[in-house]
Amino acid sequence: MTDLLNALALLSNFVIVPGLAYGSQLALGALGVTLIYSILRFSNFAHGDTMAFGAMLTILATWWFQSMGISAGPLPTALLALPIGIVGTVLFALATDRMVYRYYRKIKAANIVLMMASVGVMFVMNGIVRVVIGPGEQRFADGERFIIRAREFKEMTGLAEGISLRTTQAITVVVAVIVVALLFWFLQKSRTGKAMRAYADNEDLALLSGINPDKVVLVAWIIAATLATIAGTLYGLDKSFKPFTYFQLLLPIFAAAIVGGIGNPLGAVAGGFVIAFSEMGITYAYKRFIGYIGPDGWVPDGLVQLLSTDYKFAVSFMILVLVLLWRPTGIFRGKVL
Amino acid sequence: MRNIILFGLMGLALVAAGEFQSWPFALTILNLCLISAVMALGVNIQWGYAGIFNVGIMGFAALGGVAAVLVNAAPVPEAWAAGGAGIGASLLAALAVIGLIVLIRKKLSGQLRRYATIAAVIGGYFAVREVYDPAVAAIEAIDPAKTGYLGGLGLPIIFSWAVGGAFAAGGAWVVGKVALGLRSDYLAIATLGISEIIIAVLKNEDWLTRGVKNVSTLKPDVPTAIELQGADWFLGVATWLDADPVAASGIAVKLFYAVLFALVLAGLMWFAERALKSPWGRMMRAIRDNRDAAEAMGKNVTRRHLQTFVIGSAVVGIAGAMLTTMDAQFTPGSYNPLRFTFLIWVMVIVGGSGNNWGSVLGGFLIWFVWIEAERFGPIVMELVTSGMDPESPLRTNLLDSAAHLRLFLMGAILLLVLRFSPRGLIPEK
Repeated sequence: MTDLLNALALLSNFVIVPGLAYGSQLALGALGVTLIYSILRFSNFAHGDTMAFGAMLTILATWWFQSMGISAGPLPTALLALPIGIVGTVLFALATDRMVYRYYRKIKAANIVLMMASVGVMFVMNGIVRVVIGPGEQRFADGERFIIRAREFKEMTGLAEGISLRTTQAITVVVAVIVVALLFWFLQKSRTGKAMRAYADNEDLALLSGINPDKVVLVAWIIAATLATIAGTLYGLDKSFKPFTYFQLLLPIFAAAIVGGIGNPLGAVAGGFVIAFSEMGITYAYKRFIGYIGPDGWVPDGLVQLLSTDYKFAVSFMILVLVLLWRPTGIFRGKVL
Repeated sequence: MRNIILFGLMGLALVAAGEFQSWPFALTILNLCLISAVMALGVNIQWGYAGIFNVGIMGFAALGGVAAVLVNAAPVPEAWAAGGAGIGASLLAALAVIGLIVLIRKKLSGQLRRYATIAAVIGGYFAVREVYDPAVAAIEAIDPAKTGYLGGLGLPIIFSWAVGGAFAAGGAWVVGKVALGLRSDYLAIATLGISEIIIAVLKNEDWLTRGVKNVSTLKPDVPTAIELQGADWFLGVATWLDADPVAASGIAVKLFYAVLFALVLAGLMWFAERALKSPWGRMMRAIRDNRDAAEAMGKNVTRRHLQTFVIGSAVVGIAGAMLTTMDAQFTPGSYNPLRFTFLIWVMVIVGGSGNNWGSVLGGFLIWFVWIEAERFGPIVMELVTSGMDPESPLRTNLLDSAAHLRLFLMGAILLLVLRFSPRGLIPEK
């Protein structure tokens, strides 16, 4: 019995807790990608860099607050700075829409042209982030580091394996739950949300019923930029902020959106967790886990690791390929691109 | 006429860089311009001829680099003795597992087929790992500071250009089989993912390419600067030209490469232009402009797309091998999608998609700007911030990261060209 509990604790500590946090971050990112896809009908390559941009603004605001001696007690100061980051990123996103994307919507350009334009925006944002904050790594988490330390958990339960829960992990999950709940309420119940769903479903019909396309697009950008800033800040708090990492996040985020069914918000959330848990589960070394649940006193020779941790990004992509081959619309029946 | 002027201006810019900065510097730019032009040509074959949006250029360039290692690096007999048989056995085992899966899919049906396939995949994976892991460990244990890998064939590196093309073509065939049936968005994301996987494999499979420990013992075929300085004929030429032999030898080596690269580019250009003007080229453009109509006329669109994808990727692979040849080292850690994928796209779009001359010009121009912007970024920033307090942390921070302004510049160029001149500098006829 204790062995089983130990095995569970071990798995929670190294796979389930980090997977939940990472999955929430991916889900928030994938929601933004899916939203832009269903309203503006292109895959936004700049989304990873939008996350970096939002996180950067939040970090700058955090430093400013810290220099003034403002803090949120046990919580990270970044949570207080988050609204500033969101406002800045929303303004930037609206400016890019005004200067770049609006023209292509007007001439009804092919979606591949919009995609290409988003590559240009990606370069611009990437350049801005690196010039302003530099390409290096930044840590900005402050406040209480742990909710439960592994040692405390061991003393509390008397198990050999501990579970540590970092504040940032708990905050990530809580914030993600709140944001996703708000977003779903907005899309299902509010007038604007319904208009957006109608527009995504059938553009011509929506226009005929008097839905204002400019307003729908505006709201889509506001939501996408907000989600990107929150996702970027949470990821930065949980791990650390480095511009290049955010660029690399693009692949698992796209994978999450497509695996869930692109254009489907519920799918984006599910896809985020599928990708996160597969990455964690496949690259985790199960040696000690099997030691606990296997026959007494027997421990496998190797690490019992399916793939080395360096193949993390490859995992998300392999899942993507499998889903594309077996169920091209994704788990929740999104659109076919 | 316009084209000649544009290329003339490009040449002048390079000469100016030589005159005002330094000649070795200008020649380095020229060599990389030539390589970039070859890469842009390969992408243009895919995008301009067939409308395939490939965002995995980095992966194919890296496959070319691997070819340079496998062809040129000195073989490591101890490693072969320690693990060669094991690697071979695991390859055979992998083939056997694949054969078994194919057999299961053919002979069985229904639920049983699904479960048998899953069981074969999982069982086969562990069986192959059982052979593969000890072999890898044995190879990587052989003098890890110097070798720790199987090494190459020890052949002249110039062969690797063709081999690199073949590697990239083989990779592209597999990728295309899986991904080309998808629409543009999926294809883009799929190729982006595959290129990341290729880089991940190269970084981590140390037995093959030494991974992040890099292979820096490649030996180029052209004489090195040191060898030239010892050669009588070269000293004779240098005195006749009244030049400093040390400086002249560096320039001479770079010129050798420039001539070789230019020959490759010219050959590929000739093929590409011929292909574009042939019935095959007309068919490709018909497919690109109206896929359904071409299909109705009986053209096998998927097949032609696969063909173009393979050819274009092979060209990128050749360029990748040339790049590794010039660097004389293979560093998997240096492959970055911004530089190796998206920058090439900027070249193609700016030059003029669908026009081979356009993508060559784009390759030259964008690489030139990319390098010069790194130099001029700090100078511009110095001017912009000159009104600020020299000690202010904001100013030092901006000066430190000014080199990254070039990313901003590239994005701005791409956006401006897409908006105001979507057909590029040399539009398709």
